[in-house]
Amino acid sequence: MTLRGDVIGKPRRRVDGRAKVTGQTKFADDIVLPRMLHAKLLRSSVPHAKIVRIDTSKAAAVDGVSLVLTGESFPIAYGILPVSHDEHALCRDVVRFVGDPVAAVIARDEATAERAMRLIEVEYEALRTFASPDDSLAHPEPRIHEYGDFGNVHKAVALQFGDVDAAIAGADHVFDDLFYFEGNTHLPIEQHATVATKDQDGKLVVYSSTQTPHYLHRALAKALSLPAAHIRVVATPNGGGFGGKSDPFNHEVVVAYAAMRLDRPIKICLTREEVFYCHRGRHPVLMRFRTGVTKEGTITGLDLQTLLDGGAYGSYGVASTFYTGALQTVTYDIPTYRFRGCRVFTNKPPCGPKRGHGTPQSRFGQEVQLDKIAETLAIDPADLRLNIVQPPDSLTANFLRVGTIGLADCIKKVVDRSNWRDTFRKLPLGHGVGLACSSYLSGAGLPINWNDLPHSGVQLKLDRSGGVTVFCGATEIGQGSDDVLVAIVAEVLGIDPFDVRAVTGDTDLTPVDLGSYSSRVTLMMGNAAIQAAERARELIADAVSVKLEIPKGRLVFADRRVFDAEDPERGTSFREAVRLAEAKFGTLGTTGSYTPPRSEAKFKGGGVGPSPTYSYTAAVVEVDVDPETGWVTVPRVWIAHDIGRALNPTLVRGQVEGGVYMGIGEALMEEQVFRRLPAKLSHALVHKFPSILEYKSPTSLEMPEVFTDLIEYPDPAGPFGAKEVGQGPLLPIMPAVANAVYDAVGVRIDSIPVTPEKILRALEAKAAGKAPRQGPASFPDIPWPETLRVTPPWAGGTGRADNEPARPTHRRVDAGIEARAAGITKEARS
Amino acid sequence: MKLRLTLTVNGEPADTLVDPDKTLLEVLREDLQLTGTKHGCELGECGACAVLVDGVPLLSCLMVAHECEGRAVVTVEGLTEDGRLHPLQECFADLGAAQCGYCTPGILMTAKALLDREPHPSRERIREALSGNLCRCTGYQQILDAVEAAASLTVTR
Repeated sequence: MTLRGDVIGKPRRRVDGRAKVTGQTKFADDIVLPRMLHAKLLRSSVPHAKIVRIDTSKAAAVDGVSLVLTGESFPIAYGILPVSHDEHALCRDVVRFVGDPVAAVIARDEATAERAMRLIEVEYEALRTFASPDDSLAHPEPRIHEYGDFGNVHKAVALQFGDVDAAIAGADHVFDDLFYFEGNTHLPIEQHATVATKDQDGKLVVYSSTQTPHYLHRALAKALSLPAAHIRVVATPNGGGFGGKSDPFNHEVVVAYAAMRLDRPIKICLTREEVFYCHRGRHPVLMRFRTGVTKEGTITGLDLQTLLDGGAYGSYGVASTFYTGALQTVTYDIPTYRFRGCRVFTNKPPCGPKRGHGTPQSRFGQEVQLDKIAETLAIDPADLRLNIVQPPDSLTANFLRVGTIGLADCIKKVVDRSNWRDTFRKLPLGHGVGLACSSYLSGAGLPINWNDLPHSGVQLKLDRSGGVTVFCGATEIGQGSDDVLVAIVAEVLGIDPFDVRAVTGDTDLTPVDLGSYSSRVTLMMGNAAIQAAERARELIADAVSVKLEIPKGRLVFADRRVFDAEDPERGTSFREAVRLAEAKFGTLGTTGSYTPPRSEAKFKGGGVGPSPTYSYTAAVVEVDVDPETGWVTVPRVWIAHDIGRALNPTLVRGQVEGGVYMGIGEALMEEQVFRRLPAKLSHALVHKFPSILEYKSPTSLEMPEVFTDLIEYPDPAGPFGAKEVGQGPLLPIMPAVANAVYDAVGVRIDSIPVTPEKILRALEAKAAGKAPRQGPASFPDIPWPETLRVTPPWAGGTGRADNEPARPTHRRVDAGIEARAAGITKEARS
Repeated sequence: MKLRLTLTVNGEPADTLVDPDKTLLEVLREDLQLTGTKHGCELGECGACAVLVDGVPLLSCLMVAHECEGRAVVTVEGLTEDGRLHPLQECFADLGAAQCGYCTPGILMTAKALLDREPHPSRERIREALSGNLCRCTGYQQILDAVEAAASLTVTR
C-alpha cells in the first residue's frame, strides 16, 4: 500500500476554495437565526479598580432591552489553562484593564443594546495601576490576582541542564546581551463573533469564531454548570486566527448564558476596538542572553533570562513563559543550558499565544546574538550556524527529541539563492542583508488538560453511494485544515478530493481534536485521518479481494477504482467496491486516533517544548535603510523551510509567505502599546491606538517579494512525512531584519520593532562615538525560585530533576492509539 | 422612521425600507441577506467591505445606504455569471489567494474594478490598487499572482 501521490504533493485548489471566493463561507457573524437578539458588553474605562456599585436600572428600562447582566450571574471562573482559571465572563469585584467586561445588555438590535449600555452606571474605587513589569516587580501589593507565585508575579521558573556556569566560565568568549521584543497583536480581519441559541430540545448551541471549540466546550460547561454533553459548540470558519481566537472569551460565555435564560438566539460581534482588548497576543519580553562560545564559534553554554509582561489575566501565560526558553536547543547544539523565565501581571489586555507562541522573542535575541558572535569571531554568520546545527536524531540538553532536521539545507539554500556570499558586508552604505534561522513545534506533545486521551480523532463514513464523509473536530482558520483532511482521505482511498465531504469543528458531530494551535493539526489530524482511511481501505480490500479473487496485497486504490496491480483491467469502481464492503460487513464506519509519543522530559516544566517533530527555517532578508531618515524598506526575502513533505504546495507556500508578511509587520511596525491619559482626565492606562488605521501593519505596498524554497525530507512522525508550516517561517524574519539593518548602516537595534526612530538614535550615538545601539540597558533583579537541576542526556541524565521532590507521574494508558510513521512506510499498521 | 430605498444590486432591482442611518454594508448584509460582503472595522480602515457602486470600488461601511438610491451596486455574489466563476474567482481559488477568505470579497471587487479599467495592469499597479485592502493571511503575494493570472486569462478568452 504505497503512496501514489495523485493528491498529496500536488498543487491544488483547496477544497473550500470555491466557497471563499464566492462569499459563501459562513463566518459567525453571517449567521442569522429567527427571533435573534443582540448583545453588547460594557467594558471597564479604568485600568485597575474595585467595583463599588453597578446600577443597571436605566439600561433595563430602555424599550427593546431584554436583559442586563453583571458579574453576579457568573460566579464560576474559567480559563484556558487548568492552572489559571482566573476569568469571569463579567467582572465581579475588580476590573483589571481598560476593556475588561463589567456588564452586558441583550436587546432587539445592536443600536438599542449600545444605547442602553451607555446608561449603565458603574462606580469604581481606583487601585494602583501596574503599567510595566518594573511596576509589578516593585510593588507586590495590591495583587492583581489572588493567585500566582508571589506578589504580582504570575509565574517564575528556573531550570538548569548541566553545569552552565562552568561551561560559560571556560569559554573563549562570553557574550552578554540584552534584547527587548515589544508586544503586538494578531489583528485578524474578522472581528470575533458568536451566536448562541437553545435548540429545540432545550440544549445549548454555540456558533463561534474560535480556534479551539473543544476548549470552549469545556469552559462553557464549567462556567455555566451545564453537562458538556448538553452543549454543542460549532467552530465557524475563522476569518483569521493566528492564536487570537484560542482562549474561551467573555462574550462567548455571556451570550451562551443569555440564550439559555431568554430561550432566544443571541448574537454578539465585537467592534474592532474590542478585538484589541481581547488581545491574547505577543507578550512583551525583556531578555538577557549570556552565551559561552569557543573561538571556533561553537556554544559551550547558554544562560537565558526572560521577563514577560503578561497583562491582566493568565491566558496561556504559563506555557508562553516556558516557550521563551524551550526551543533554543532544538535549533543549535547547546550542551549546557539554564533558563529562567518570569511572567508578571500588569493592568493591560491579557497576552497569550500569537503565531510562534513565546518563541519569536527569544528567537530574535538568539539570532541577533549569533550575528554579533559571528562578527566578533570574523566567521560568516551562515557558516557559524552551519557549524552548530543540532544533529538529527539527537536528544537536546533539555530532553527534547530532534528527529529529522533540514536546517543545514535551509541555510545553504537561502545562502545560494540570495547570493549571500557576494552581498553580505559587501553592499554599499544603506543596503544590507541579514540571515537568521528558527525551529518550531509540529504540535504540542502534551495536551492542555493532561490526560491519556487522543489529541485528534477522525471518523469516516462510507456507503453505497460511493460518497465518503470525514468527521474531525479540527478547526478551519484559513490555514487549510479541511483541505489536508480531505486530501489525505482521498489519497488513501484513491478517489478525488471532490468525492469527500468534510464535517469539522462541531462538538456534537465530530470526534475531539484539540484545536488549531501549536501547529498541531496537519500532523495530528493527518495521522488520525490516515489511520481511519487505511482501516476503511482494509474493509473494502477484504470485500473486493473475495469477490474478484485477487489477493488483497495486490489491490490498488486509485482513479476512483480498486484494481489488481498486476492486471489493472481487473477491478471495480470505488463505488461498487464500497457496496461490496457494505454488503459484507454491514454499515461502514472507521475511526482513527493520534496521540503524540511520550516525551523524555520528565522534570516539572518539561511539558512545554516536546513535539512529535520540529520544522526548521532559514531566511535572508534584504533591506534598504535611508541613513537620513532611518526609514527601512524590505525589497526581497529568501526563505527555505523544512516542511518534511508539502501535502499541498500551494497552501504551504501561502503559509510561508504569510509568515514572512507577519514577521515583516512585527519587525518594522506592529506594536501593542499603551499610554497614560493626562492626570486631569482619568490618568487611566489606555491602549495607544486600538484601531486598524493606527496599529500599523504592512499593506501590499510594504510587502517584499518572497522567494520560497521547500526542503522536503519526509519525516517518519508526520502524515506522508509532513511537518508544520503555519508558524515557523515567521520566526527568522525579525532577527534577519535587525541583522540586515546592521549590515546596511552598522547599528544594532536590539529591540523590536526596528523603527526609523530607533535607527536614527543609534546612528546619532554612532556619530557621537557612543555605542551604535538601541536596546534595553539592564535586566531587573528577579527573586528566582530554586533552580531545578536536570542532568543532560550526554551526562547520563534520566530526564528528571536531581533536586525535584517526587511527584505523581502522569501515566498514559497505552490504548494502542499511537499512530506513527503514517503514510510513508510500507509496513501494514494495525 | 424607515425610508424607501430603490437600487440595483447584482443586476436585479432591490426595493426595501431601511433606517435612514444604515450603511450600505448593513443594508446589504442585514436587509438583503447578502452576507458575502464582510466587515473588519466599520471605520473605513481595512477594505473588507469594498463593493462596486456604479463600477467604482467603495467602502460600503462608510456609505449611507440612501446615497445609493437609483445606483447599481455589485457585490461578490454578483461576480459569477451564468453559474460560472469570474476569472478572478477561479484564479484566487486555484492559486491560494484566499486563505481564511475574509478579506477576499473586498479584494475581489477592488481587483475587478482595476481590471475593468486596466485589463493589463503591471504588478506595481496591482499593488497600488489593492493597498487599501488588508489581508493578514497571505502576505499578498498569491493575491498579486492571482490578479495577474486573471488578467492574462481574460485576454486569452
